[in-house]
Amino acid sequence: MANRTPLYDAHVKAGAKMVDFHGWDMPLNYGSQIEEHNAVRNDSGVFDVSHMTIVDVSGIDAKPFLRHLLANDVAKLSIPGKALYSGMLNEQGGVIDDLIAYFFSDESYRLVVNSATREQDMAWINKAAGSFKVTITEQPTLGMLALQGPKAEEKLKLVLGDEAFAAVDGMKPFMSQQVGDYFIATTGYTGEKGYEIAVPGDKLEPLWDALLNVGVQPCGLGARDTLRLEAGMNLYGQDMDEGVTPLEANMGWSVAFEPADRQFIGREALEQQKAAGHAKLVGLVMKDKGVLRHGQKVIVEGGEGVITSGTFSPTLGFSIAMARVPATVGDTAEVEIRKKLVTVSVVKPSFVRNGKSVLV
Amino acid sequence: MSNIPKELKYASTHEWVRNEGDGIFTVGITEHAQDLLGDMVFVELPEVGDAVAAGDDVAVCESVKAASDIYAPIAGEIVEVNEELEDAPETVNNDPFGDGWLFKIKAEDPSEVEGLLDAEGYQAVIDED
Repeated sequence: MANRTPLYDAHVKAGAKMVDFHGWDMPLNYGSQIEEHNAVRNDSGVFDVSHMTIVDVSGIDAKPFLRHLLANDVAKLSIPGKALYSGMLNEQGGVIDDLIAYFFSDESYRLVVNSATREQDMAWINKAAGSFKVTITEQPTLGMLALQGPKAEEKLKLVLGDEAFAAVDGMKPFMSQQVGDYFIATTGYTGEKGYEIAVPGDKLEPLWDALLNVGVQPCGLGARDTLRLEAGMNLYGQDMDEGVTPLEANMGWSVAFEPADRQFIGREALEQQKAAGHAKLVGLVMKDKGVLRHGQKVIVEGGEGVITSGTFSPTLGFSIAMARVPATVGDTAEVEIRKKLVTVSVVKPSFVRNGKSVLV
Repeated sequence: MSNIPKELKYASTHEWVRNEGDGIFTVGITEHAQDLLGDMVFVELPEVGDAVAAGDDVAVCESVKAASDIYAPIAGEIVEVNEELEDAPETVNNDPFGDGWLFKIKAEDPSEVEGLLDAEGYQAVIDED
């Protein structure tokens, strides 16, 4: 039987169409995924992300361990609560998972990793821990909600009350704060302002209900996918996996090559690939009728590539995609759609931020 | 449960057919089909005047999730298409058996419609999926 989050019954009650997502029964939509998408761009929406895995790393070696484990450098984090995005790589530089690491102290961090890769992640983290003096603790009893959108702040204030909200008022992006039972972080997967909130499982439904009561739209996996793609954010297993390096997945910015003496897993492979050249992840825009889809062939100057994620963009009103192509790519490409070649524009893989197009 | 009007005929590929008289038949996709596809974003319709054979792919319904071919349930000539869908493809989701119709065919042989599924037969097709 599939795993269920503590909100399963609440989803069904809200009219969700439930689907299997890597062994979890999750809501696909509650009627219209486009309406949910627009709610997040224009107002606020809430997603159940309790299937994600929360892993706490503590002990006197927590910092050196994570500096070894992750491609980004947790030594950049000095303010308690501050977070960063990183890939966790294998020796070949392939992405085992992408995650967010929260810093509490040099001896205490929290990782939030994908659910689809949970078992491989835990095996890899525990193996990599080796002789480091660290304790790895999964937190399966914590549920998690993502509250996203321009009105997320206003809605959270209504639900928490002025006093509790004061603790997170004005919090910068990629920060976090424990407020009573709630671990509140200014992170997300939509390109809008908002929060991800980890809560003990039994406190999840009251929070969910409270948010719906103040007019927050429940949103499913469908809207989550169109929102993240518009924001140019990768989906693990689709835009990258163990056979793809961060350099080939528009994640180069999250690899900390400096300081040069930090020996993180996969470093050597990435340095070699950087010197030898590699494919890159670009954005595609098609203003003609039709929708770019995962797996479609892309023909560019100097070779061929493939669409890793494609969709109709509800915010822009036309189709967008991410594609992995040879670095020789020019300003346009041809995509094979239903046996026809269609010319599309090549752009940076980021399309919408804070409700507005970033295309020039 | 999906709504399956008794007065319509159906193809196993999820199109419905309504007899408008004078050999004219309106074609759309079922409530079940639009539910499987999800939010519609484009509908590509045939040209008025096109001659079609039963089983020809004549239209495309493209949703956020997937593109789906629509087949002509019977042979004949396309005499009208629902141009409103150009600007409002979501009508296929909101009113699949009404304003969300796709095109009208003048049947070569109106009796061909008798060979299509009735509501009960179409229900059986859905149950098998």
